Amino acid sequence: MLVSYKWLQDYVDLTGVTPEQLADKITNAGIEVEHIDYPGEGLKGIVVGKVEACTPHPEAKKLHLCQVNLGSETVQIVCGAPNVAAGQKVPVATVGAQIANHVTIKRAQLHGTESNGMICSLEELGFDRNYVPKEYADGIYIFDDQVPVGADALPYLNLDDVILDLDILVNSAHCMNMLGVAFEVAAILDRKVRFRKPEVMESTDSAGSRISVSVEAADKVPYYGARVLTGIQVTPSPRWMQLRLIAAGVRPISNVVDIANYVMLEYGQPLHTFDLDQFGSNHILVRFAGENEEITTLDGQQRILVSDDLLVTNGKKGVAVAGVMGGENTEVSNDTKNVLLEAAVFDPISIRKTASRLQLRSDASSRYEKGVDRNRTAVAADRAAELLAQFAHATVLKGIVEQGYRTVPEQKITMPLEKINQVLGTQLPREQIVGILKRLNFTVKTEGETLHISVPARRFDVSIPEDIIEEVGRIYGYNRIPATLPDGTSSHAALTPYQKIRRRVEALMESTGLNQVYTYSLTTKMHASSYAVHHAATEPTQVVWPMSEEHEALRQSIVPQLIDVIQYHLNRQMADVKLYEIGKVFLPDAGSPRPSEEEHLAGIMTGKRTERNWEGEPESVDFFSVKGIVETLFESLAIENQVDYRPSKRAGMHPGQTADILLNGEVIGYLGTLHPTVQREHGLNATYVFEIAIESLLRRGATEISYQLLPRYPSTSRDIALVVKRSVAAADLYRVIREHGRPLLKSVRLFDVYEGGHVASDEKSMAFSLVYFDPERTLTDDEVNAVHEKILNACADELGAELRG
Amino acid sequence: MLKERLLELRAQALEKIESADGLKTLQEAHVRFLGKKGPITEVLKGMGKLSAEERPIVGQLANEVRKLIAAKIEEKKADLEAKLLEKQLEAEKIDVTLPGRKITTGSHHLLASIIREVEDLFIGLGFSIEEGPEVEQDYYNFEALNLPKDHPARDMQDSFYITDEILMRTHTSPVQAHTLEKHKGIGPVKVICPGKVYRRDNDDATHSHQFMQIEGLYVDHHVRLSDLKGILTVFAKHLFGADREIRLRPSFFPFTEPSVEMDISCFRCGGHGCRVCKGTGWIEILGAGMVHPNVLRMSGFDPNEYTGFAFGMGPERIAMLKYGIEDIRHFYTDDIRFLRQFNRA
Ligand SMILES: [Zn+2]
Repeated sequence: MLVSYKWLQDYVDLTGVTPEQLADKITNAGIEVEHIDYPGEGLKGIVVGKVEACTPHPEAKKLHLCQVNLGSETVQIVCGAPNVAAGQKVPVATVGAQIANHVTIKRAQLHGTESNGMICSLEELGFDRNYVPKEYADGIYIFDDQVPVGADALPYLNLDDVILDLDILVNSAHCMNMLGVAFEVAAILDRKVRFRKPEVMESTDSAGSRISVSVEAADKVPYYGARVLTGIQVTPSPRWMQLRLIAAGVRPISNVVDIANYVMLEYGQPLHTFDLDQFGSNHILVRFAGENEEITTLDGQQRILVSDDLLVTNGKKGVAVAGVMGGENTEVSNDTKNVLLEAAVFDPISIRKTASRLQLRSDASSRYEKGVDRNRTAVAADRAAELLAQFAHATVLKGIVEQGYRTVPEQKITMPLEKINQVLGTQLPREQIVGILKRLNFTVKTEGETLHISVPARRFDVSIPEDIIEEVGRIYGYNRIPATLPDGTSSHAALTPYQKIRRRVEALMESTGLNQVYTYSLTTKMHASSYAVHHAATEPTQVVWPMSEEHEALRQSIVPQLIDVIQYHLNRQMADVKLYEIGKVFLPDAGSPRPSEEEHLAGIMTGKRTERNWEGEPESVDFFSVKGIVETLFESLAIENQVDYRPSKRAGMHPGQTADILLNGEVIGYLGTLHPTVQREHGLNATYVFEIAIESLLRRGATEISYQLLPRYPSTSRDIALVVKRSVAAADLYRVIREHGRPLLKSVRLFDVYEGGHVASDEKSMAFSLVYFDPERTLTDDEVNAVHEKILNACADELGAELRG
Repeated sequence: MLKERLLELRAQALEKIESADGLKTLQEAHVRFLGKKGPITEVLKGMGKLSAEERPIVGQLANEVRKLIAAKIEEKKADLEAKLLEKQLEAEKIDVTLPGRKITTGSHHLLASIIREVEDLFIGLGFSIEEGPEVEQDYYNFEALNLPKDHPARDMQDSFYITDEILMRTHTSPVQAHTLEKHKGIGPVKVICPGKVYRRDNDDATHSHQFMQIEGLYVDHHVRLSDLKGILTVFAKHLFGADREIRLRPSFFPFTEPSVEMDISCFRCGGHGCRVCKGTGWIEILGAGMVHPNVLRMSGFDPNEYTGFAFGMGPERIAMLKYGIEDIRHFYTDDIRFLRQFNRA
């Protein structure tokens, strides 16, 4: 809402309050002044001149030679405007003057003739082209005759004004009009609002004899009023009105249209004018539109309506989309003589739906959407009638033809006085609280410690005690409210076990060199369907109205997003990248449109594992770098003995370098090398990934720590080298060794794998270090040998292993 | 005669020891002069021929010579060892200015760091951390927060809907509604709710269709607006420096009444006005307010018995202000040159 400081003074005495101070006070009381505009900023030396004579330029057809009286002198000015003529009073930029865009006016020679200044158009004085009235759009501005010659022209163009731009939120709709702003400012400054009721001189003819109104959708149209005005002369509206409209961001059109807009700005009540002679009947019927009913709105667009839209009709066809935009066929034109003026109240939600569906947001619809004050609707009609009589020679027929009630009762709020101080944390005395409410024009009665408050209808944002608390707080000033700390019971808080352990996992990932990233949950359908730990048969969850194909489906895996990040880095010559993310994946649920969500941990590594330095070549990341990280994770969670790795084939993964991760036999994730074709498609180097359903894993809580006494007896270590077929997995050997080593075998570690050389081509040699231990005593060689023998035999029997010499 | 022999041996030995050029020759000298078959032993064996008067004198002398040689050998040994060590140390000298073998650790995401800092502050103030689903029911995302279906602040165009009733949450406030509901009308409820939220926006330097939010909620008997002011002051000073001041401005949110916006005095210029604060001296940080009675009622709390405050902030905004980050997309592009700068955050 653009508020003219000059205009506002019509209603509130602003003496002693600069525009800047006012803006500050309004902002601190709750409506943000987004910025302050000085329309005359930079203008200098513009005076009112009178064109005494105007003759065609002897040399140039389109130019005029004007003798312009500036009060103190008369100068010759060459003017190219088509609308310049003798007798006009015009804005003149004298020699040395500054006009818009920092242009300085100099004495000039134009086709051999001297020009001492410039007669200005509104654009040249900084007016926005979109708001310049049609009659001045292609030429100079022309004053009315009352303006004194020689005077500074700026005040007569309201270029000495200051415009405050108010950010109106849902709760401050009462300030979407000048009177509402006046009430707000008066309350803030503790001053009075000056307000005069409009006076309408009505003729003896009754409007009711010309027109009738009926409303079919009464619950959506609580009030519909119409006035009839006859004998109108359509002309431009007066200068002061045009300038006020421009300041408010409305383009002046003609007196009839401008008056309707002006009253809307003044009262907040949208008005609509129909050309009565084009109306097509003498009956107004407001009803719901038929499904697919058509109307051409006054912007020339054909609109197709639905049965929820409110339509003003002449009984047969539509003449206006109610509260949104009028119809083309009944639009007021220059030839209009008789006008039907509509002042109505429409249901905010209904208007919002229609305006939003038609993508037609107008000044009227935006006010209806936020609610209008019904008590002012008929008054606004009177005000428009008053102005039309005054500035358009209208005869006002007697009465308002109406349906519905003109007034709504004031909102009554009863509340304990102490609640205000209790909620604000203040200790304001009763008189101060009552005083603040009275400044807001609320009626207050106290009964003991209880307040009975009547709220004027224009404040439809105030309806419950909490609203009253806010009003008192904001007018008193939030900055004067103390800062306290809650004095309730002191409470204890801590991270949940899951939150705690998740932080530890993050720290662990970072300690292994992975950088934490956040990627988007919404991705392409393609991405959303790939790399899931548990591949879903159904489609990924999709949003109905995505912004783009890039973000239309919910991810089921983090890995595709991480691949994109790697690609981003490769495109920028960064080849050594290690990343991880902990975030939600969204798994479609066959029984519900809502996916189930769980947090996963995913990682990706490519390039060098170590830095290249003076000692030699760096090592590259490989499958076992990734696996080492995963193993370290499980070890830190003390579940490494419950985890197995099983070769697996997964789409997009290398078939020979991918393993499922199983926890107690159940797949909880995977790790491995991206498939070479995927790497090629994305232009990646060898890239390794893992993803683990970490949430279900961590939610089981950390394994309890059980303290083990330090060993009092020595352990015995034996190494063995076993030759097996290449097809035998290390995990098999581990399993057999562990199984048969119980209970004395304390640990087993693979320390060498050897292929080729003197080992047969289909075989490999694997060397293990076994440690035997008994907490109660020192083991004898015989005891150890017995177990060792047992293990060797088992490996031979079950896996065909041979002891290597 | 034996006496002379001893003195001669002593001179020979000392000379041999002195000229020893290594531990090996020293060892040879030891064996040669002090060994069981060595000349001094020989001398002692020959003592039987001496008179009773001479015997103790020669015996004492022999012992002295023995001791002296042994001491000299020890002395020389230490000397040689020291030289050897010195030589070894000299040989082992390295260029200590060569770079070490670094362990490159990963970095913590800046947003995660900011969220953690806020979490830790509020845990200290007695707030627990609640998390909730990112795909929400319309009821919890809007209706339970006093945003009925036809509320003007609700725009279908701003949200990613999955069905008419299911959408990507647009704020973390639904977690508050869930939490209140769980408490079945009995306070206190003291939580902060961090998490990802989604809005139907085009991604540009200042907008992201996915971003983070942290909301706080405190419901108890007699919670006051002044308490909100107090808590927010603690927050502002903790995150932005001890000399920060805060300012509350009235605002509007459907789920709070009264609603406020919190500004902090500019940490760049201290309030004099600069580019960061657009010349005003103040920077808008977050929205807050007293929980709307409808919200309390809908989640099973009696607004006559309980009041509460709530606040919500954007970690991206805090990060951008704090470090002068110019583009919100950096947080989700994950350029490691960006990420790694904030490892200490
Ligand atoms: Zn500043």
